[in-house]
Amino acid sequence: MMSTDLRSAMGEFKVHRVRFFDYMPSGIRALAFNQDTERMAVARMDGSVEVFHCSDRFFQEKIIPGREQCGIEGLSWVGERLFSAGLNGGITEYDLTNQKVKYTIDAYGGPIWTITGNQQGTHLAVGCEDGTVKLFEVNEDQIQFERNLDRQKSRIISLSWHPSGSKIAAGMMDMIQVFNVETGHSIHRMLADRGAGTSRSKECVVWSVVYLSDGTIITGDSVGMVKLWDDQTGTLIKSHNVTKCDVLALSVSQNEDSLVAGTSEGIVVQFQFVSMVLEKDDKEWVRTRTFRNHTHDIRAVAEITTAVVSGGMDAQLVVRPLLDKIEVRSAASALRKIHFPHRRLVSCARKSGLMLFQYPGHLELWRLGESEGKGTPGSSLFVKRNPEKLLQLKVKGEDHIRCSAVSPCGGWIVYSTASTLRLYRLHCDNNNISITKISKLPKVLSSANQLCFSSDSSHLFSASAQSSVHIASLSQSGCKFVGTLKPKSGSHQAIHLLAASEDGKWLASANSDHEVHIYNLQTQKAHCTVPVYSSAVTAMGIHPATNCLFMMHADQQMFEYSIEQKQYTDWSRTVQRKGLHRFWVERDTPCLNVMFNPQNPSHVILHDMYMLCIIDQSLPLPDDKTQFYNQLTLKSLTEEQRKSQSHAFKVCKTFKDILCVELMPDQSLVVVERPLEDIATQLPAPIKQKKFAT
Amino acid sequence: MVETSDIRVVRCGGSKVNLTPPIISSDSRYPFVLCTSGDLVKVYSTRTEEWLHSLQGHTNQVTGITLNPANHLQVYSCSVDGTVKLWDFIDGILIKTFVIGCPLFAIYVLSVIVLSECFQLVSVHLPKSAEQEVEAKEMSAVSSHISKNPSCTAFGRGGEYIAFARHLQLNVYFFRKQKTYSFSLKATDKKGAKNAFTCIACHPTDDCIATGHEDGKIRLWRNFIHKKEYTYSTQHWHHNAVNTLCFTPEGTHLLSGGIESVLVQWQYGAGNRKEFLPRLGGSILHISASSDGQLFCTSHSDNKITVIESSFKVCGVIQGLVKDAVLTDLMIDPRSKALVLNGKPGHLQFYSLLRDKHLYNLDIVQQEYIYEAGLDQFEVVKAAFDIKGSWLATVEERGKKSSDLEFFLKLWAFDERTQSFVLNTTITAAHTDRIISMCFSSSEETTMLVTAAEDSQFKAWCQGADADTQQDQNFWSCDFVGSYHKLNPTNCSFSADSSLLAVSFQEVITIWSPDTWEMLTTLCQPPGVIRDLCFGRLSCSKYLLGTTTKNLLCCWNLLTCELEWSTSVDVSKLQPDPFSENVAAFSYQSKHTDLFVFKPSEPRPLFTNKNVCSEKVHRAVFVPREEPLNSCDESTQWLNRSQLYFLTQNMDLLTFSTATEEDRMLSSSKQLVIDDSVAVTPFYLLLGKHRQQQQKLNTQSHPVSDKPQQTQGSVTIKELLHTPAHVLPAASVLCSMFVNSFLISNTGVQQDPLRYFVHIRLKSNGFSYSVMHLLSISLKFLNSFI
Repeated sequence: MMSTDLRSAMGEFKVHRVRFFDYMPSGIRALAFNQDTERMAVARMDGSVEVFHCSDRFFQEKIIPGREQCGIEGLSWVGERLFSAGLNGGITEYDLTNQKVKYTIDAYGGPIWTITGNQQGTHLAVGCEDGTVKLFEVNEDQIQFERNLDRQKSRIISLSWHPSGSKIAAGMMDMIQVFNVETGHSIHRMLADRGAGTSRSKECVVWSVVYLSDGTIITGDSVGMVKLWDDQTGTLIKSHNVTKCDVLALSVSQNEDSLVAGTSEGIVVQFQFVSMVLEKDDKEWVRTRTFRNHTHDIRAVAEITTAVVSGGMDAQLVVRPLLDKIEVRSAASALRKIHFPHRRLVSCARKSGLMLFQYPGHLELWRLGESEGKGTPGSSLFVKRNPEKLLQLKVKGEDHIRCSAVSPCGGWIVYSTASTLRLYRLHCDNNNISITKISKLPKVLSSANQLCFSSDSSHLFSASAQSSVHIASLSQSGCKFVGTLKPKSGSHQAIHLLAASEDGKWLASANSDHEVHIYNLQTQKAHCTVPVYSSAVTAMGIHPATNCLFMMHADQQMFEYSIEQKQYTDWSRTVQRKGLHRFWVERDTPCLNVMFNPQNPSHVILHDMYMLCIIDQSLPLPDDKTQFYNQLTLKSLTEEQRKSQSHAFKVCKTFKDILCVELMPDQSLVVVERPLEDIATQLPAPIKQKKFAT
Repeated sequence: MVETSDIRVVRCGGSKVNLTPPIISSDSRYPFVLCTSGDLVKVYSTRTEEWLHSLQGHTNQVTGITLNPANHLQVYSCSVDGTVKLWDFIDGILIKTFVIGCPLFAIYVLSVIVLSECFQLVSVHLPKSAEQEVEAKEMSAVSSHISKNPSCTAFGRGGEYIAFARHLQLNVYFFRKQKTYSFSLKATDKKGAKNAFTCIACHPTDDCIATGHEDGKIRLWRNFIHKKEYTYSTQHWHHNAVNTLCFTPEGTHLLSGGIESVLVQWQYGAGNRKEFLPRLGGSILHISASSDGQLFCTSHSDNKITVIESSFKVCGVIQGLVKDAVLTDLMIDPRSKALVLNGKPGHLQFYSLLRDKHLYNLDIVQQEYIYEAGLDQFEVVKAAFDIKGSWLATVEERGKKSSDLEFFLKLWAFDERTQSFVLNTTITAAHTDRIISMCFSSSEETTMLVTAAEDSQFKAWCQGADADTQQDQNFWSCDFVGSYHKLNPTNCSFSADSSLLAVSFQEVITIWSPDTWEMLTTLCQPPGVIRDLCFGRLSCSKYLLGTTTKNLLCCWNLLTCELEWSTSVDVSKLQPDPFSENVAAFSYQSKHTDLFVFKPSEPRPLFTNKNVCSEKVHRAVFVPREEPLNSCDESTQWLNRSQLYFLTQNMDLLTFSTATEEDRMLSSSKQLVIDDSVAVTPFYLLLGKHRQQQQKLNTQSHPVSDKPQQTQGSVTIKELLHTPAHVLPAASVLCSMFVNSFLISNTGVQQDPLRYFVHIRLKSNGFSYSVMHLLSISLKFLNSFI
């Protein structure tokens, strides 16, 4: 940890620069795109499934945490239902409303390598280790095993339905089989060539297969070839040598004129169905663009309407826009790399200087260090006491942690998995840390989507099913259920954000349907609902003095809502009327925290992954002509000129790759950074490539 | 002062052959390679690499050639003189001239001619007319936004569109729709790549445009009729700008070349699969492919054309005169009469100007040359031959810019057995500073080398004086070290009989006797440092000429040691003719160079040519003629025994040609070349034998009567044969005329028709179908005769 003085026009802060949160994002294993709802489902190596909203700036709407030993190999949408299958041999359906696993059934075919649903939405096909393709009928609330297609000798690696649903192409070891779904028999068997030289002894794995409506079957294999086959004759039409290593993933666009292939070198290659002679119909698949955004294997690609989405071992989700399909170039159509979850993984006990870090399988509690003296702005301070790790709390059971919180006083720790919620009392005198589990929890607190303590640490708020919030009072003796807050109306989507007011009077909740409900904690009744905005809420906070709810949305818009008056504040209306600066709107990561500075009530502190921003509500708003990042210019001006030049947004880009920023009561900032370079060093070594001039 | 019009400055020999992409002719067993070379278009054989003949007729630099798409035995050429000419390149006949009237810089033919004029792309309609010279005035501009680089423009599939690029913009113009589509790239991307276009090629059958870029990338553009849905793929191998791109005629491969001098063959449509042909010499400037795809031609920056088989093997090299960085003087090798100057890096090249052929390279530096910018490598800076051509002295140096100068003096002996120069002596520290001037003594008996260097010394070197080495071979060692008042020498020169050595030290010329090494006298004509020094020849050998930096040309009489005459003229190069008393002086004033030719004994110049060229001339040489001209005209007399070549600062090698000379060349080129290029077929052997026998017979029996008959009958036939086949009327029309011509001659001798018949066949071999057709008809007639 370092402590830095951060002093500028935005005020003076002592900064705890925290770099001991060793968060490691998990590699991306599968992608599934739902055209109708514009949702992208992402499966990670640790078994978690995330849902991104593609038209809402790729906001991570839903997170379903994984389990130990649950490797997902395939994801598939059937209508609005999401299914996954993995090497544990089970098919899982997800309850996306409550963001949890609905059920898992065993396919009885050994590990499952692939799962895919037909376009009609009637059947799911899974490819198993034992060489069978199993068809499952998708019923109203369950899936039902229907039958096996002809069993093959080797495992089924990849599957693709013909859009008509009458045929299935299956990629296997060294070959591709085409099945007639009706009879279950194989129509064609196409042999994939092995590599030349020493790799001849190695089997050729057909990693990915795509079946087009015109009968073309496209395969990507471990030899590095993208091959096009004709399903009428079962012959090879054309082969493209894409890479020296494996082609791991393929995806075709909705109108079948573009295909992307992800390779283990970390490049995505685009093929386009282009007429070779202009204005004539004899089209061919031609290799066109190459996208190099990954450092490691690309395990999944998906071509969505306007972009190519790819993810792989380097754990970043890259959205590369296709400029030819975009009508207007805007911030929404920029290259986007998503490294960190759009949720907070750090909670902070402000009053006692404790940090709780949430890892998938454990929690870590740290005490912040202390520094001495004052330094010049930007200089490091001498660290008097090093930060220390007080506690590491392993999760019981196989489920991963969904949410966690530490109370502001530092006396309570709570976390929840998909199945259990655990509350601990933390005793901390001098250097002796002890922890006791509160054994008798009220029954309603069995699982939570989001957890939050009241500011005086006397109550625990637990968001649970049906968008309801349970209140439990905490005391020395234990935990007592107080009541349940239910919205008057609206959807039953899971709550992903909770914000309690400083005076303990109000509680705000935001769910994935963009609804924000405000409850009166004294009456335990719903107070009001903020008008629903089209973009998801990414962060919110209630102002300690004015009790206004400040909300940040995924499209970078901000709203301030007066709880008492049940209407937007004047400032918020001004912002909406004047519009935000172009540079602000074009940022590509959502704001993850809203804080208020008690010493300066007009200041709102925000942060995203790349910057820290203080909005001074007393200053004029910038318009598109004013210089947005004006800190350096302001420094060179005199006091008088500074006043006329300064505007409400004061952006600090000193810190990078920020996971969390928190304002402590002693006017110091805690900035939790996780440099991407550190993540990169912990990744496995990428495929060694000869580069020019090295 | 006679300013004669019958002496003209011409580019003749040693011109650039790499200015435009060469053309490989199709449809013949041994294809020809055509390339522009100065004012000419030269035709080479791919098999023998020999220069066959040239197409002569343009009066200025030829800037483009292209095959006539309607007749692949014809070629269009365009020139800065504003004409487009159509040639029959096999026989070297000019068929037609189209006068366009403005300088043309490139030509692209496909149903229309499009050429760039003032860097504008113009499509010219060539009128159909039987006349020899046609004015083509019907022009329509396609675009004025084209690059100066002709390789940035290319025709697409079947001539339906034309693609041209400038800077960062690619434009595609469709002729039928008359619509231009433009695509731009960003100036740089994040990695600092330079995206400017450098060349373009269009796929012959698909709608795919390949573009080369400054950073070495190659992009393949498709779907370019859409503003937005156009697409391109990028390939990257070249580390520097791609100079040229070329699709093979079948469209299966794309060839690219750049400064790396590696020819890269990309498989079309298969991404990264590529083949390489490395170490081709200078950087590749142009690539062209023959229409059957069997041969490729690359032209290189070192004035070379390489012929490459489709199996990626080099099968021929046509080497022109390398003039990239000439540091040495122009010299004539006394043995081979070849021009000698810097060639390949570290080499001296021997170039025959008469045959316009590169003879060989002599490796002087004998070190591997690395093609990379910024490396300080050894260069040959001085060279000198002795009078018999049995000794060659060279100086190579490096470190011109840095302070640590390194140089070697090398002496090479001519080896009669191997017919080449062999290194005899290497002197590592001949002087302590750089050698300024070097000359051999011109006497027949003893060879002596004098070097003058910036260490204010001159040294005389002799062979075999070193007693230490007990070997048969005689090495060179220093004989005498001379200096004068610690002044830096600027020049040294031996008199014609080697009895005197003149060494100039700044403003002073010292005369030494090489036998005794005694300083005889000093001559001085301040102010001004002596720049050039030469003794008069033959009857004028008592004179010593010198030029100074203060624009003075002085002539001293060595007998009286007095200044004979002097004149104020800024002479940049003084060149004596070794075969006459004449001295040529190039003077540079106000942006043009004038030439004076004079005899030191006479105050009046023999010949004056104002405005020879617009640049300074620092290098010139008199090249002896093989057979002297016998012109009596006073102004051209000085060119009788030798020809004056000079090199301008733009590295143009120019010479003077007289009217008589040109007439002779023109008449020789009119002769039809038929006999040698004919394939030996059984048919030929049969008829050839027959003909020889008959010729013998004729000469024996009818030596007198044969001649008039031949001329009489051949008027029609000659007309028939000398007219290009495609302008001839239909064979059926000609037939009666043709046969009639036989009938007239048939009065006396019956063998005659057969002889003509042979002529026709020979002609038809490389030429026309209509005559073939005619032939079959006439054969029938002949049968009836015999």
